[in-house]
Amino acid sequence: MTVKQISVFLENKPGCLAELIEILSKNNIDMRAMSIAEMQDFGILRIIVKDTYNAVRIIKDAGFVTSVNEVLAVAIPDQPGALLQTLTALGEANINLEYSYAFTTAKKDMAYTVLRVTDNEKASKILGQKGIRMLGQEEMEQL
Amino acid sequence: MEHYYQPEIECASREQIIALQNERLVKQVRHVYDNVEYYRKKMEEKGVTPDDIKSIDDLHKLPFLTKDDLRDAYPYGLVAVPLSDCVRIQSTSGTTGRRVVAFYTQHDIDLWDECCARAIMAVGGTKDDVVHVCYGYGLFTGGPGLNGGSHKVGSLTLPMSSGNTDRQIQFMTDLGSTILCCTPSYAAYLGESINERGLKDQIKLKAGIFGAEAWTEEMRRDIEKSLGIKAYDIYGLTEISGPGVSFECSEQTGMHINEDHFIAEIIDPNTGEVLPEGEKGELVFTSITKEAFPLLRYRTRDICVLTRKKCSCGRTHVKMSKPMGRSDDMLIVKGVNVFPSQIETVLLNKGYAANYQIMVDRVNNSDTLEVQVEMTPEMFSDSVTEVAAKEKELVNALKAMLGIYAKVKLVAPKTITRSEGKAVRIIDNRHLY
Repeated sequence: MTVKQISVFLENKPGCLAELIEILSKNNIDMRAMSIAEMQDFGILRIIVKDTYNAVRIIKDAGFVTSVNEVLAVAIPDQPGALLQTLTALGEANINLEYSYAFTTAKKDMAYTVLRVTDNEKASKILGQKGIRMLGQEEMEQL
Repeated sequence: MEHYYQPEIECASREQIIALQNERLVKQVRHVYDNVEYYRKKMEEKGVTPDDIKSIDDLHKLPFLTKDDLRDAYPYGLVAVPLSDCVRIQSTSGTTGRRVVAFYTQHDIDLWDECCARAIMAVGGTKDDVVHVCYGYGLFTGGPGLNGGSHKVGSLTLPMSSGNTDRQIQFMTDLGSTILCCTPSYAAYLGESINERGLKDQIKLKAGIFGAEAWTEEMRRDIEKSLGIKAYDIYGLTEISGPGVSFECSEQTGMHINEDHFIAEIIDPNTGEVLPEGEKGELVFTSITKEAFPLLRYRTRDICVLTRKKCSCGRTHVKMSKPMGRSDDMLIVKGVNVFPSQIETVLLNKGYAANYQIMVDRVNNSDTLEVQVEMTPEMFSDSVTEVAAKEKELVNALKAMLGIYAKVKLVAPKTITRSEGKAVRIIDNRHLY
C-alpha cells in the first residue's frame, strides 16, 4: 500500500520555492505533506498532494523538472516510541531507509510518517505483519 | 650583465638570420615534401612544388596546417622520419582529435633543449644556479623542456614535477633553488604559501620562468613581490616543440622567437592573408630545423603582435607579445587546453542536453572550471543519493576527458541563455587578455 509523492528540482536561489508554491496555490493544489532535501547548489522538494495528476501537469507546464514515485505513509499514534516499532521492523528485515519525513493533520493523536525505501512491496508486507497501519492514496487524499 | 647561451645566433644580424632561414626553409620544404605524404598532397592541391620555395619570401605559397590536420593524420601521418629514428613522444591532454602527439629525434630534443637553455640564460641563469622545475613531467612538455634546457646550461636541476607544495618549499629552502620554472598560477600559490609560513627570508630565488597559461602584468607584479624575484614569460606549444619557442629577456616587453628554428608569421585568421609587422593577428609557425615532426605554416590560433624593434638585451630575434586571445574557442585552464566541444561530447554521451555553459574564473590565483548543465526529467529523481551519483559520474567523465577537475552545477531547465546564432558557451571571468 503506497501513496504518490511528487519531487521537484529547485535551484538553491532565493525565491525558487516561493515561485513553485505560488503556482500550486494559484491552482488550488492542496498539500498534505512537504519536505526539502538540500544539496550545495540545488534542492529536491517532495510533496504529497490531493490531486497528483493535476499538480504534476501544472508543475511541468511551469517549466520545472519533476517526477512522481511511490512512497509508504505510515500512521502512528502520537506518542513517544511509536516510530521505533516501524523502524525496527524495517531494520530487522534489512530494508534500507533512503529518507523519511513526518506530518500531522487535524486528526488528533495521530501522526504520519512518509518512508522512502528501496523495496516498497517487501516493506509493506513486513509492516503489515507487525500490525502497522499504512495509508493508501485514497485515504491520504481524504485526510 | 646579459647572459646568452648562443650569442652568435641570438644576437646575429638580421641579414644573417634571413640567410639562415632561407637555407633551412628550402631544405625543410624538400624534406617534408619527400617524406610526408599528407603535406605533399596539400602542396599538390595548391599547385606548389619544393622548387617554388626559394626563400622565406615564398613561404606564403605553402598551405597551412591546423589542428584538424593533426587529427586527420593521427598518429603517424605527419612524421617525416622512420620511427626507428625517433627517440621521444610528447603529448597534450585531450582525446583523439584534440590531443597532439608529437615525435622527436635526438636532434629535435637537442634543439628544443637549446631553446630552453637560451630562456634560462636570458633570465640570468648560469651553471652556478639551481633550477627548480615544477612543471609536470611526463607527456606534458613543460617539465622535460626546462629540465633539458637546465642541463644544457649546466645548472643544478631539481626535477620536482608538479604538486606537493610542502615538499616544493622544503627543497627550495634546503637546497637553495635560484630559478623557479612553473605555471604563473602555481608560482603565485607558492608565493602565498611561502609567505604564510614566514619562510620568505629562507628562499634564494632570483628569477622565475612561467608559462603554459595566460597571465597579466598585475599577476607578474604580484608574483615578483611575493617571491622577491623577477618573473619572466615563456611560450611554446607541443606541435612546434614545447616551451622555449619564444622567451622573455631582461627587458620583459615580449618574447624573442628562436628564429633560427621557427619562422613566425602573423595572418588574418579569417582570410589567411599575411599581415605586415606590427599588426595584430594569428601566429603561424614553420619549423625549419626539426626532423621528426616538422610542421610547416602551423596555425597556433593564438592572437598576438610581432615586433622587430631593437631590444636592449642585445638579442635580434623578433619579439612576440603575450597572446591576446584565441582565434578559436580553446580555453587554457590550469595550463591545460580545454575545448567546449570536449565538454559537449561528454554531456551528450551521458544523456544530457547540449545546452550548457562553461564558467572559468581565477580564485586565489588558481583557475576554476565550472560546467553548468540543465536538469532533465531523465536525470532527475526524488533521491539525493541518485542525483548526486549521476552528478559524480559526470564529474568523473569530464575529468577523464579534460584531465582536470570541473565542477558540475545542475541548474533549472531553460535557465541557460539561448542566444540567436552562435551560442555563448563560455564565460571567462579571468579577463586575461
